Amino acid sequence: MAQAAGGSRRAFLIRLVQGASLAASAGLVWTYVLRNQARATPFALRPPGAVPEAEFHALCIKCGQCVNACPYDTLRLATAWESMPIGSPYFRPREYPCLMCPDIPCKEACPTGALSADLEDIEDARMGLAVIDTENCLSWQGLRCEVCYLSCPVRGKAISLERRPGVDGGLARIVPWVHSAHCTGCGICENRCPTDEATIRVVDGSLVQGRMGAHYRLRAHDPAGLMVFDPPPEPPAVDRGVEGRVPGLDALNLGDWP
Amino acid sequence: MTDVRHEPGAEPGPRPVRLYGLPDSLGGKLWVWRYLILRRLTQFLVILLFFATAHWAWNLFGEPLISGNLSASSVVGLIPLADPFAVLQILFTRHVLATEVLIGAGIVLAFYALIGGRVFCSWVCPVNPVTDLAGWLRNKLGLSNALHLNRSLRYYVLVLALVLALVTGLAAFEWVSPIAMLHRELIFGIGMGLIGVAGIFLFDLMVLRHGWCGHLCPLGAFYSLVGRVAQVRIRFDERTCTKCGECIRVCPEPQVLNLNQAARRGLVTSGECTNCGRCVPVCPEASLSFDLRPLIQRHNQMSNHYSPRRTS
Repeated sequence: MAQAAGGSRRAFLIRLVQGASLAASAGLVWTYVLRNQARATPFALRPPGAVPEAEFHALCIKCGQCVNACPYDTLRLATAWESMPIGSPYFRPREYPCLMCPDIPCKEACPTGALSADLEDIEDARMGLAVIDTENCLSWQGLRCEVCYLSCPVRGKAISLERRPGVDGGLARIVPWVHSAHCTGCGICENRCPTDEATIRVVDGSLVQGRMGAHYRLRAHDPAGLMVFDPPPEPPAVDRGVEGRVPGLDALNLGDWP
Repeated sequence: MTDVRHEPGAEPGPRPVRLYGLPDSLGGKLWVWRYLILRRLTQFLVILLFFATAHWAWNLFGEPLISGNLSASSVVGLIPLADPFAVLQILFTRHVLATEVLIGAGIVLAFYALIGGRVFCSWVCPVNPVTDLAGWLRNKLGLSNALHLNRSLRYYVLVLALVLALVTGLAAFEWVSPIAMLHRELIFGIGMGLIGVAGIFLFDLMVLRHGWCGHLCPLGAFYSLVGRVAQVRIRFDERTCTKCGECIRVCPEPQVLNLNQAARRGLVTSGECTNCGRCVPVCPEASLSFDLRPLIQRHNQMSNHYSPRRTS
């Protein structure tokens, strides 16, 4: 009798361990799949207001209401086995950028808070950060372009034009310069860039941005970073008036250097 | 006090057993298939409404009719709906959800608690037609099971999904759910999610009868638990039953048709019953019918006085 009870207890324990092992191995495989999915791409561009990526992965319920609310063809839901995390909304600026609706309908449609309700001004959105491949940028290589500057919806703030010395002592260049403090990552510049492959691209800011550390003392506040290279000559004293700078090629005619 | 009728397994019913035969006339067939037709219509309609709102801008009062998908949606921009199991998983990731989706999950949960948890499975879920097709085909081909699994396995998968949500910080099942994949891709664009559905189809067809829906699916397990308090149930009238077994033959969850237990309670109690209505038309004695739980007792007592016998 006692032996029988012991036997059944032993059988029960064995069953328990077997069950736990099955659950553990299934759980490991499952976790592996999940982790693979969740890190499928380091730079999925999310709709405006998206909370940080790890939190976004948890909160997004993959319902697609942001996709439906988007009045353009910007947002898509990733299908299975795409390079994007499954079912999550993203956009590819080269195909269709975010046109930055002032009322942010995608954020309004989000039921879970994966697109944060705290975002009120679309210019505060940080979907990504535009970076320029200066080796292939037409302007940086001495040609005249300025398309990104002219197409930027945060005109004159997210992308500015800066004067740089010419190539091989040639004419001075007017080059685009991205300011992370204002760039929303909408990707219109990437979409409009005339080169074969976009030379200005929106990536996740964390991929390209460093952090200096609070203990460094800067000699002068220099948001455009121009002092890294040779300082530009003093701009000619032009009265810019109330309107500020004149966009694009007109600037040349008016002598209104940025 | 011994009442033979309360021990139905002990001896066959007093009347001769008649087997079920499909009627010859088209009208008769359609009547027999009425729940099947209704289920397919509902399943199609659900997908159509979501699809048309997304692609053809169907709207009501200028608001999108039903925007989103089965994971979460919004009806005319007013009523939120959400998959309670998905929301539960997200809660297990320890993230704070917006109120809207919590209300939505509450509405859906209350709805299925009322009409039967697994009504979702047989009337709404887009995977159901796929597995039903696999089941039908496997019957035609006369395939036998290549694997045996316990039908309770799904509850362990359910628990595992919640544990993994806690551990990984991701809604574990939502990231791999073939149901969500199929439904999402039907509405928002076809992709490789259909591969997962093809996997389920093959598994159900070749490996195990009702393998996915009846053994593995944690969403079905979740709705089984919800269905325990369901108010719409199959009423079982023991007095007319001849134990012919036709109902059990067509039932995708035959364990719920435990006729001894059903005789005691007068209804099919298990939450695993999907309210698909397969058993109702095939019963030669009309012993099974849809009914509301509070009325079942009274209806069964009423039928003590007369025994309706259909002549087919």
